[in-house]
Amino acid sequence: MNTCSEQIVHYMHAYLDGDITPEDEQKLMKHIKDCPACDELMESMSDITLMLENVNPVPAPEGFVSNVMKRLPKEKSQRGIQRWLRTHPLIAAAALFFVLMSVSVFADFGNTQQFSVTKQPNLIIEGQTVLVPEGETVIGDVIVENGELRVEGEVNGNIIVINGSKYMASTAIVTGNIEEIDKAFDWLWYKMKSVIKSVLPSSDLKEEE
Amino acid sequence: MDDLINKRINEVLKGNQDAFEEIVTLFQHRLYHVCFRMLNNRQEAEDIAQEAFVRAYINIHTFDQKRKFSTWIFRIATNLCIDQIRKKKPDYSLDANVPGTDGLTMYSQIVADDMLPEDVVEQMETHERIQYEISQLSDKYRSVIILRYIEELPLQEIADILGLPLGTVKTRVHRGRAALRKQMGNL
Repeated sequence: MNTCSEQIVHYMHAYLDGDITPEDEQKLMKHIKDCPACDELMESMSDITLMLENVNPVPAPEGFVSNVMKRLPKEKSQRGIQRWLRTHPLIAAAALFFVLMSVSVFADFGNTQQFSVTKQPNLIIEGQTVLVPEGETVIGDVIVENGELRVEGEVNGNIIVINGSKYMASTAIVTGNIEEIDKAFDWLWYKMKSVIKSVLPSSDLKEEE
Repeated sequence: MDDLINKRINEVLKGNQDAFEEIVTLFQHRLYHVCFRMLNNRQEAEDIAQEAFVRAYINIHTFDQKRKFSTWIFRIATNLCIDQIRKKKPDYSLDANVPGTDGLTMYSQIVADDMLPEDVVEQMETHERIQYEISQLSDKYRSVIILRYIEELPLQEIADILGLPLGTVKTRVHRGRAALRKQMGNL
């Protein structure tokens, strides 16, 4: 076993660390030349150092990166939305416009619970019920909202019942279309059509129906 | 390199998770390798290395960009490895790899092409042996030896990673080296 001084062993480590002064290195080399035990110790420690340095790197397994990304906590949704808005400003603007539009249209749908009817000279209105009397002819469209329509006479135009019911007597004659609207979607469709019609009065949407 | 990393970190800080992917890609192999040498088990190494990246992501706002990112992430990883080693100490002997098992057969695949069969065996044994011997070191020597020789980091950086004074790191390198020599005897 090595009986040489701690100092020599210390020099060896300093040498292996590349941390030795030239004078100390000379002392070490001189000692090793004369001392087989220290020479062997030095040699085996250099071997180990060399071996450690030659250890092949082990690459991370495949899919490592994606697995890390999967394990990350979800981004705060607010931040995700912010980023999305920044990258798609046009779609964002369109979406915002659509949301606001539909909100106003649907709010309209929900709020107009009160009874209303188009004013025509010979319609009879009893509470929530609108009557087209027998033998009479109503000229123009009849639109009833939140009420009941009974047709016994003749209507020279379209009938539209919104959120209500209609009753057609056997004597009823309607020259135009009869429309019943009681779902939000129908309401929306109707609204859109009326907007388009008001913008393009000459459009042939009517024919298409 | 550091500039690029800091740029990505700033993007992560702004909430862009995808920017972190590049950081993981850059460091995955080094970090995994250190974990593998520390833990001597591929599954655990993968799990701990991934966990280190997740922790880094969660705590990215605490990273001081004047410092080296590699030091910081190595610190997270070595701490996790040391925790893991301590956690599994009771069943350590059952779990530890013995020469000739996990992972080390891969070396024989890599070196097989241009070597004589005897050399392959010898090379394989040396690699297996060194990995085994490293895993036999106590964790305080193991971490320094791995960072010093396998990662080839300067002593000062090892001191930063482990949060130890430079003198302590030097002492541990010396003792670790001496312990390895003793363990390996007449190799």
